[in-house]
Amino acid sequence: MATTEPDQARLTAPERLAHHEPPTGGPDLVQTPSQTIGPFFAFALPFDGGPFLVPPAAPHAVRLHGSVLDGAGAPVPDALLEVWQRDADGRVVAEPGSRRRDRGAFTGFGRVATEVDGTYEFRTELPGPDAHGARWALVTVFARGLLHHLFTRVYFVPGGEEEPTDVLLAQLPPERRRTLLAGPDADGAYRFDVRLQGEDETVFLDYPGPR
Amino acid sequence: MTDAPTQQDISAEIADAHRAAAGRASRHPSRDSAPYRSSGLRHPTHELVRVDPEEIERVAPAFGHVDVDPYENDLTIQHPGEPLGERIILTGRVLDGAGRPVRNQLVEVWQANASGRYVHKRDQHPAPLDPNFTGVGRTLTDDTGAYRFVTIKPGPYPWRNHRNAWRPAHIHFSLFGNAFTERLVTQVYFPGDPLFALDPIYQSIPDQAARDRLIATYDHDLTVPEWATGYRWDIVLTGATATWREDEHGDH
Ligand SMILES: [Fe+2]
Repeated sequence: MATTEPDQARLTAPERLAHHEPPTGGPDLVQTPSQTIGPFFAFALPFDGGPFLVPPAAPHAVRLHGSVLDGAGAPVPDALLEVWQRDADGRVVAEPGSRRRDRGAFTGFGRVATEVDGTYEFRTELPGPDAHGARWALVTVFARGLLHHLFTRVYFVPGGEEEPTDVLLAQLPPERRRTLLAGPDADGAYRFDVRLQGEDETVFLDYPGPR
Repeated sequence: MTDAPTQQDISAEIADAHRAAAGRASRHPSRDSAPYRSSGLRHPTHELVRVDPEEIERVAPAFGHVDVDPYENDLTIQHPGEPLGERIILTGRVLDGAGRPVRNQLVEVWQANASGRYVHKRDQHPAPLDPNFTGVGRTLTDDTGAYRFVTIKPGPYPWRNHRNAWRPAHIHFSLFGNAFTERLVTQVYFPGDPLFALDPIYQSIPDQAARDRLIATYDHDLTVPEWATGYRWDIVLTGATATWREDEHGDH
């Protein structure tokens, strides 16, 4: 097997951005439509180290866990969650190796399927604060019944830290903002439930640009 | 299940949904799509909240040869024997909205076997498993954004959305773009499938031109004599721009 990584993978994230060639000015291509992940992804997408952005025994490992719930409050046993986040120093990393974590590099990416009771669990490191002082991870939600994935963010609020203010949180009324905040419980674990519909429905995100 | 909706009921609901969406240029399915029964309690009812992507959202995870072995793009060589079914080559390019290749990115596929059966403990379809076919593949796009899989053509399969519901043959795809906001999970179909008109998942996309983008094209130039037929399917990932601009930094 080749031992060299593609050059792309050695660049930092901002370098990778800078290396994208400028738009060709050609015709705007149209987005390929989404389809549901369906019920039968569990033999294909989850992988052994998926939930472990850091080794569970690492001293700085934190538990990020919760449930995915439908509009009737019933657990969703066939959802897939992905997290994508800065490292503990607040850096956007560009390390390959998420699918085989034996090199030990922090890649910023994790993936886990919900259990039969709708619960999920990651072990990660607290993302360092971004330019606005907020510690958060992008969370992507896929499920049978969901025709197009949903993006949301979990904002970590460690004990002793103030609730962060950033552009997204500032535009939300308090009762909706609450759905994105996760503070540590007695064991230091951060709980983030994803409510797809109904009362306390999680805030889901849309990004400007062609959809 | 005597009161399960019939195909006629579902087809009428699909026609209603298409009429209601007429004139709205949607490139994706509506998450609230009544003919697909499972969407009922699993779509948000609040408007999505618009937000400008932050730095982490404008990049994507890196994947490399540490993550994917080169032979993982051939789904026909994972067992001692050869799988049953119609061997195909499925290839194409992953591009962004400006036509730039999405390079060195992870593409994952999964599918049913030639009989329409998944290697999944909850698949109850009474069709045979194939001991020589798992139905999982992955690869990295090359410098031109191209991917290539060798597999067998999946069969259609029944499901329980309504009475006598059958999915058209499809392969599931999971894709990463240059930015995480371009993430996409979708399904590719094969030309001329008689089940297209009847399928609430495929028909959840109200626009015919958009639906057509999910159908691979038979390409005789890709077909390898005495070995496999060839299909081409290009994928476009738009979403937030992955270009640094001064005005994106300062003011928030
Ligand atoms: Fe499927």
